[in-house]
Amino acid sequence: MIISFTHLVIGGVDLVAAFLLMFGLKRMSSPVTAPSGIFVAGIGMLAAVLASFLYGFDVEAAAKPFLLINIALAAVALIIGGGVAWWAGKTVAMTAMPQMVAIYNGMGGGAAAGIAAVELFGGKVNGVTALTVTLLGAIIGSISMSGSVIAWAKLDEIMKQPIRFPGQQIFNGVAFLATLAVGGYMVFVVASGSTPLITFEQLIVVFFACALVVGVLMTLPIGGADMPVVISIYNAATGLAVGFEGFVLQNPALMIAGMVVGAAGLLLTLLMAKAMNRSVANILFTNFGTVVAQKQGAIKGSEKPTQAADAAIAMRYAASVIIVPGYGLAAAQAQQKLYEFVKMLTAAGVSVKFAIHPVAGRMPGQMDVLLAEAGVPYDQIFQLDDINGDFKDTDVALVIGANDVVNPEARTEKTSPIYGMPILNADKARQVYVIKRGQGKGYAGIVNPLFYADNCNMVYGDAGAVLGQMIDAVRGLGAKAAA
Amino acid sequence: MMNFTITLSGFVALYIFMLAGFTGWVIIGRVPAILHTPLMSGSNFVHGIVVVGGLFALLNASTTIEQVIGFCAVLLGAGNVAGGYAVTGRMLAMFKPSADLKPAKS
Repeated sequence: MIISFTHLVIGGVDLVAAFLLMFGLKRMSSPVTAPSGIFVAGIGMLAAVLASFLYGFDVEAAAKPFLLINIALAAVALIIGGGVAWWAGKTVAMTAMPQMVAIYNGMGGGAAAGIAAVELFGGKVNGVTALTVTLLGAIIGSISMSGSVIAWAKLDEIMKQPIRFPGQQIFNGVAFLATLAVGGYMVFVVASGSTPLITFEQLIVVFFACALVVGVLMTLPIGGADMPVVISIYNAATGLAVGFEGFVLQNPALMIAGMVVGAAGLLLTLLMAKAMNRSVANILFTNFGTVVAQKQGAIKGSEKPTQAADAAIAMRYAASVIIVPGYGLAAAQAQQKLYEFVKMLTAAGVSVKFAIHPVAGRMPGQMDVLLAEAGVPYDQIFQLDDINGDFKDTDVALVIGANDVVNPEARTEKTSPIYGMPILNADKARQVYVIKRGQGKGYAGIVNPLFYADNCNMVYGDAGAVLGQMIDAVRGLGAKAAA
Repeated sequence: MMNFTITLSGFVALYIFMLAGFTGWVIIGRVPAILHTPLMSGSNFVHGIVVVGGLFALLNASTTIEQVIGFCAVLLGAGNVAGGYAVTGRMLAMFKPSADLKPAKS
């Protein structure tokens, strides 16, 4: 009787947990309810984890002698894994968030692959369907794990250059097919009952090794700028792997949560790719940034540098200012200074808005998080579609550390690699100031005609230093007025 | 003996996958772009539920290799859960409306 009772309790708790996880995700769809959303999901997760220890009442006969040591191992693993990740998650800087998400995602993929490995080595997978699903989950989970580690290394700039060699895509394709072939052979061996060429255990090892290598190979040639999309894909992949392993373990909570994340991640990936004006296949399988040898039409005009103080004073006396922040702002850690400057402008009666491009930062929406961290209220932050119409009635657009997302060529120049990409129409403002480190090009390696336009002036320098000068200039103005 | 366990096979599993996939798609479709990063991190936390499967596998382990891999699976899954929660919570706590930032709320 106790056996069924255990299952009933775990089943009930998992049902509630699955509901809370989905309800929590739903609440994250608005900034007002979002913090409570993650809390609700957290309660569900905690309940599910604690209830899992009840499995101890109902283990397989072979595992009974090991039960106490297994429970101890589980507790140790939870405390170490959870503790280290919790500490890292609480202390990491906000700018390093994308690589943290990458590494946590890789861990999830690894866990899914690990479950598959335990089931396979333990000979607990019965039937062709279950074996196929286990292997699929194992491939996806393994690729997600090793791929996420490479993505982490790239985002953390441990690995600076994409690694590419001739025939790479073919080589990667062969490696992937080889993994599928090993998996297919395992299914064949089980289905036909024939004796494999090497032992089944060795097949499992070869299979996982292949899958892990594929994850590394796939991610190596992709440039750092595309990593957000890659992480999003791996996030969806991990969800899928978790869903598949949930089927193998006959656990509906895993199936539901995994598949919810799989679909959500897929949609998020498509949204991101759309914002970058590229297809997901294009990101994964073309070496972006190396083949851009486009003919650059003669650009009229020249880059006109100006002083930070002059730009600041012009903004102080403008009626409306829209700020377009890019990753350069985050790289200079200047968000706080920017908001300080914005508060001075607002206090002087200037209407200030922030315009965020969907791919600003290294993860979609990362710029929103960084501005929120600096204290900018979210109702002052506007997304592309909501603000693009406002630029033409705006006195000053201030572009900080952004380039490709304000390149007007995307609207007009059909030969441009970014043609068709939605951009922020900063060039439509009456006056544009661009804060930039130097006369470099953006990620896409294209010259930006905006910088040469008649209504544009460049302020060269580190974003933090320039904003400091701007604050001083406006403050000096106030002091003079008071004197 | 009463038996409360159910078998999820074939079409039942496919129905679950289909409905769950649809749910995920609809939930994300409504999220404003401003929340995309916390959302990616939040969904990353949700698939941390894999730790439950890891615990099941580890508790049922009867050989050393199963124990070692099961231990790793729980370790990684726990990292996924705890880390995902920590970073998502931190990010979401930062989003505040203007009203909260002014000293006098009206």
